Amino acid sequence: MNTSLTARMPYPVMAFIPTLNRRQQTLLLMAMAAVVVGVMIAAGILLDNDRIATHFDQRNLAPSWNHLFGTDWLGRDMFTRTAKGLTVSIGIGMIASLASVVIAMILGLASATLGKTVDSAVSWLVDLFLGVPHLVALILIAFVMGGGAKGVIVGVACTHWPSLTRLIRAEVLQIRFSEYVHVSKHMGRSRVFIAVRHVMPHLAPQFLVGILLLFPHAILHEASITFLGFGLSPHQPAIGVILSESMKYLATGMWWLAFFPGLSLLVIVRSMDIIGDHLRQLTDPHSAHE
Amino acid sequence: MVLETGQERSLMMIRLERVTWLTGKALRIMTLLFALCVISFVLLSYSPIDPVQAYVGADMMRVSSQQREQISEYWGLNKPPLERFVRWGRALIHGDLGVSMIFRSPVRDVIKDRFAASLALMAAAWFFSGIIGFVMGVTAGMNQGRWLDRILKWYCLTLASTPTFWLGLLLVMVFSVWLGWFPVGLGVPAGQLSEDVTIWNRVNHLILPALTLSIIGVANIALHTRQKLIDVLKSDYILFARAKGKHGVQLLWQHGLRNIMLPAITLQFASFSELFGGSVLAEQVFSYPGLGNATVQAGLRGDLPLLLGIVLFSALFVFSGNLMADLIYLVVDPRITEATTL
Repeated sequence: MNTSLTARMPYPVMAFIPTLNRRQQTLLLMAMAAVVVGVMIAAGILLDNDRIATHFDQRNLAPSWNHLFGTDWLGRDMFTRTAKGLTVSIGIGMIASLASVVIAMILGLASATLGKTVDSAVSWLVDLFLGVPHLVALILIAFVMGGGAKGVIVGVACTHWPSLTRLIRAEVLQIRFSEYVHVSKHMGRSRVFIAVRHVMPHLAPQFLVGILLLFPHAILHEASITFLGFGLSPHQPAIGVILSESMKYLATGMWWLAFFPGLSLLVIVRSMDIIGDHLRQLTDPHSAHE
Repeated sequence: MVLETGQERSLMMIRLERVTWLTGKALRIMTLLFALCVISFVLLSYSPIDPVQAYVGADMMRVSSQQREQISEYWGLNKPPLERFVRWGRALIHGDLGVSMIFRSPVRDVIKDRFAASLALMAAAWFFSGIIGFVMGVTAGMNQGRWLDRILKWYCLTLASTPTFWLGLLLVMVFSVWLGWFPVGLGVPAGQLSEDVTIWNRVNHLILPALTLSIIGVANIALHTRQKLIDVLKSDYILFARAKGKHGVQLLWQHGLRNIMLPAITLQFASFSELFGGSVLAEQVFSYPGLGNATVQAGLRGDLPLLLGIVLFSALFVFSGNLMADLIYLVVDPRITEATTL
């Protein structure tokens, strides 16, 4: 994540559109990514459940206009399954990354303001959670919670806060020791005033951007853990389930079962990443003048 | 003479600082590992899965309640949690992690065997992703803002959003199903005795999972190296070198490379956590019989001792990676030595 702290170049395609300035390019790109995500969610909600019912007369069809992503061995439309699965994933990812960011906010603020003991305790906790590989921690938590969406959400929320906590701690420390806060203190402002008027405005964008940037990791981990069999149940529409089922049919040459759902996941994750990263650029004063 | 003793003293000081630093580090790792033991033990003892049930499995109907009690007596499952924890902890100190229920052999042996297989996979991926990623990062950094840089950067960012297991599935589809170059899965050919397995068989089964992990692993190191190189190229000494007429590969070789190599190596050592997670997924896709595969098995079939052992082992693996990264900095970078003596 460190590398993404610097401003990104506009995308190659954008070089052909000289009339837009950087800010407009960024906004356009964000809007495009948002449309992609929006269309996928709308498709997931609006498409008829009948399309993922069993149709034995339409089994194992290759992709066509009627079935964009083909159908599986039960005649279920793969596009509908993918869209519904992704919608579920996006929902889970949202809740999980929101929870994660709230944890990171509280711990980051606490470690930067409540003194040395709390600071070292939080840093110890961060080390503890970074010590176990994310996936192993996720398996452990999902196992303990007995699988299902709850296990995934708790698991992702518990494993994704450490890096953001460090960032927020550094940010708050920097503000606390900045000159305008000193001046404000000497002018007799209360701690609450400083916290609300000087520190909070800096954290609000961090909060929003934090959610958006944790989101791709959250969805990817949800899909991974479901793929391994610890997440959502096989009866729910989920990308992880679709891909793990497709493994049985790979040798038969039904490539569309795995290709399109995975590609859709990639596109959604990348779109969310683009939105989050560009929003960070727009709200971050350090990159505003580049 | 005075000068010499002064130097000696400062050398002593440096050594002392290092020793205290190392002890602090070791102490921290010990407390973290202890906390991890407690947390995972508590978590698993409250899990909804009944270990006796998991052990009995399909023989459920044939096992009487008396036999069940004997089993739980044998595993010590009828004791209160605290007593079980003390028993488990005492055995752990002696290197005994208990017996795996699904493999019916000591957890330590299972982890040892499985990790040997995983190590081959992870080492190959670690090495190749490091080298290729570094070269990609340097190429992008040297061409900052040009097409090549943009393409490489876009590629790496997209790679970072790619699900590992999906990439694995794609490789299976292309190389195993369509082209038939590689076997579809497993660590060795199916139905072959273990004595007949040649080193070539093993390598053949290793290539695709290792390739998956290498492709995914490139992104992070390439983006990081690119950024470091761009920062270095902005520095005054590069400006001076440029003023002397150095450019291109010569400039990179003489002034850039050394400064970006160290962070790259450190980053690579600090990435053990992602490497382990990636190998769990890759092993699942390719049915490769490594530690990641054992983790999934242990979780799905409720093998508590094995799962507990793997959690601790994976943490130890990550900690040793981080420790190595710190040590390399301490030994190689003169600036850190100065900072610790201040």
